[in-house]
Amino acid sequence: MDDKVVLSLENITKRYPGVLALNNVSISFQAGEVHALLGENGAGKSTLIKAVAGAIDIDSGIIKINGHEYSKMTPSLSRSLGVEVIYQEFNLVPTLSCAENIYLCERSEKSVLFSAKEIEKKAVKVLDQFGVKIDPRTMVQDLSIAEQQIIEIAKAVSKNVKILIMDEPSAPLSVSEVELMFKIINQLKQKGVTIIYISHRLEEVFRISDRVSVMRDGRYVTTKNTKETNRQELITLMVGRELKESYPQRKKSPGEVALEVKNLTGNGDRNISFSVRKGEILGISGLVGAGRTELAQLLFGAAPMESGEILVNGKPVKIHSPLDAIQHKIGLLTEDRKGQGLFLEMAVKWNISFPIVRRISNYGVVNTKKEDAIAQKYKERINIKTPNLLQQVINLSGGNQQKVVLAKSLAAESDILIFDEPTRGIDVGAKQDIYHLMTELAENGIAILMISSDMEELLGMSDRIIVLCEGALAGEVQKENFNQHYILDLASGIH
Amino acid sequence: MNNQTMVYNKFGARLGSILQKNVPFLILILLVILFTFIAPNFMSVGNLRTLIRQISFAGISAVGLMFVMISGGIDLSIGSQIVFGNVLLAIMMVDWKLPPAIAIPLILLVGTGLGAVNGILCIKLNIHPLIITLGTSAIFKGMGYIINQSRNIMGFPDSFRWFGQGYVWGIPVPVIVMVIVALIGAFILTKTYFGRQIFALGGNEEAARLAGVNIKRMKVLLFMICGFVSSITTVLLLSRVFAGQTITGQGLEFDCLTAALLGGVSFKGGEGNVFGLMVGMLIIGVLNNAMQLATFPDFSQTVVKGSVLLIAVAFDVYQKNRKAKETVTKVAA
Repeated sequence: MDDKVVLSLENITKRYPGVLALNNVSISFQAGEVHALLGENGAGKSTLIKAVAGAIDIDSGIIKINGHEYSKMTPSLSRSLGVEVIYQEFNLVPTLSCAENIYLCERSEKSVLFSAKEIEKKAVKVLDQFGVKIDPRTMVQDLSIAEQQIIEIAKAVSKNVKILIMDEPSAPLSVSEVELMFKIINQLKQKGVTIIYISHRLEEVFRISDRVSVMRDGRYVTTKNTKETNRQELITLMVGRELKESYPQRKKSPGEVALEVKNLTGNGDRNISFSVRKGEILGISGLVGAGRTELAQLLFGAAPMESGEILVNGKPVKIHSPLDAIQHKIGLLTEDRKGQGLFLEMAVKWNISFPIVRRISNYGVVNTKKEDAIAQKYKERINIKTPNLLQQVINLSGGNQQKVVLAKSLAAESDILIFDEPTRGIDVGAKQDIYHLMTELAENGIAILMISSDMEELLGMSDRIIVLCEGALAGEVQKENFNQHYILDLASGIH
Repeated sequence: MNNQTMVYNKFGARLGSILQKNVPFLILILLVILFTFIAPNFMSVGNLRTLIRQISFAGISAVGLMFVMISGGIDLSIGSQIVFGNVLLAIMMVDWKLPPAIAIPLILLVGTGLGAVNGILCIKLNIHPLIITLGTSAIFKGMGYIINQSRNIMGFPDSFRWFGQGYVWGIPVPVIVMVIVALIGAFILTKTYFGRQIFALGGNEEAARLAGVNIKRMKVLLFMICGFVSSITTVLLLSRVFAGQTITGQGLEFDCLTAALLGGVSFKGGEGNVFGLMVGMLIIGVLNNAMQLATFPDFSQTVVKGSVLLIAVAFDVYQKNRKAKETVTKVAA
């Protein structure tokens, strides 16, 4: 490994409406190194790689590749400079063969006609380098996830890649498959390819990377030689900001048990047991893919339960559909508000009243006076900023959209509310509004389950935290024992 | 910029947005004016009455189709449902000697059943309604041919003539039925919670499911409504033609679909209103009628209708894209 810098980012800034996604970020990457990029969700890693790949325009700053300076990057320019990105969602055509995918859109040098034989030969050569046996004629949809990823890498290598960016490449892979991927990464490194490796899994970072850079809140924090740092230090760098937001305090202590779950299994989760009291906020922690959203879907009847028991107010209940859950006064605020929570083209009041539209109807006819009153009430109560209640939801900001989702659940007068990532992608002001509202709800005796990847928020809001790891309960932490490192360790399956 | 131009600009912008929202209506008025001058017979009471009666049959079925379309589905088997129902109703009254008072309710039941078949196939096979109803369309039509046995079934009781040929206060009965069906449809869509659920299903199916809507039951129900409404058309058409033949009703869904798209019913679901649909239907009626008055050959009429359908779809897509762009600039600002 030499110290030649191949890619250097200088003072990159990217602003989205309401968010500063990248704030004056400068990082440099050397030839032939594996450079890990760490940071919490929303730290700006994805935006950074998109900037390098030319998928987004940066507002200011310079991208320097092989000594040439670029203030504007486009996808084709980035490609021609040897930058390839493997995103979490693969860019493969499932119904084409491996060879066709590797050489997609590439013209033959010998003939104007497409020759399957020629690209198959070339594909075998590339795959042989990795020491894997995949028939290049196999259709991509018939491959395992790991094999598909190898095809992605082969695609990049066939284009003479200089800088390979991998976004959470190990997320869908099993342990042995990760080993194979590491082997391939090492081979590429020998050839002088720079690899930018994004992962949440710290152990992988220590195994594979030469250097590691940490980002936080859109800013560059620091770069360390992997050998000279340790787990604790990296975690502290990633999450160790001071408490900027304040979390409202609650006066009342929780009441009796509102929801109890015994040995719940299904939807990828197994054997989960816990309970929530009235007026309590139970935090649910875990890494991406640990089964938190899946748990929420089970509780809400949105996914079938295989075994186990759910008790509401001490009585066993059967929840087979969202309608059952709603009738037992359980409400869910989904993580994906646009995909699952809102009717974007419809009016604000239409959205708020939808779950109870049947209840406010006489002989099937909607009582619009009642509807207006309810919508107005919640608009004021949670401070939804909209010019009027007839505004289409699509025209509101993210934070206000989230408030509409919230208003929907409140209008349904649920006793148990499940918040799945309630503050993802919304600005600080709206966050505070939502924290205050959650506190108020808890004070009024509502049991709250809060799934969040924002550790600080989880620690600040919860009375108790349960931690999930790979679909199972990894532990339960009481408020007096709250400790970021301990919880992260539980979530990574260390304890 | 002086004050006066500002006033004009404001007025222009407002006029522009009003025009935009009512483009189909404007097209209708322009066509009416155009044909009034070109075809001297066009603006006569007799011709207008014929025109409206011509569209009333497809107009009734279009209301049912709109219910399915707003929920995000489609029914291409409407014409074939009518073919089958038409022959069956004729057989009931002529071969089985059933009085209309029994045969008509029976055929309404059968029509609803055909819709249920579509709906159940959609949810059980989990295949897009476009494909399902393309298949059932062929099946229903084939069944119609089989039971018809190439006959021209005639000899209905005279009392049956009223439905398709009668008048109330000078208005043809089918037109009155269309108006009633349209009004009921509009009421359900805009005033009831069931209507809300239809829009919700088409707007965001997953969100509707999570809000507690039984989406499978809804889908079947909507196809049943579509089938029921079309069997009303069946009765009126048979009474109008007064002979059971397999040609009646064939291809009717084409006019329904074109009217819906012209009238602003979105192909993707979640959007549509009865007024727009009726305007769309009238546009088709005016075109058909004027082409007949001008004695256009049949085949050129087909070319014109096909072009109108494509223009309607293109317009729908154009509107969507522009709306999306406006939203993006609004959010960015």
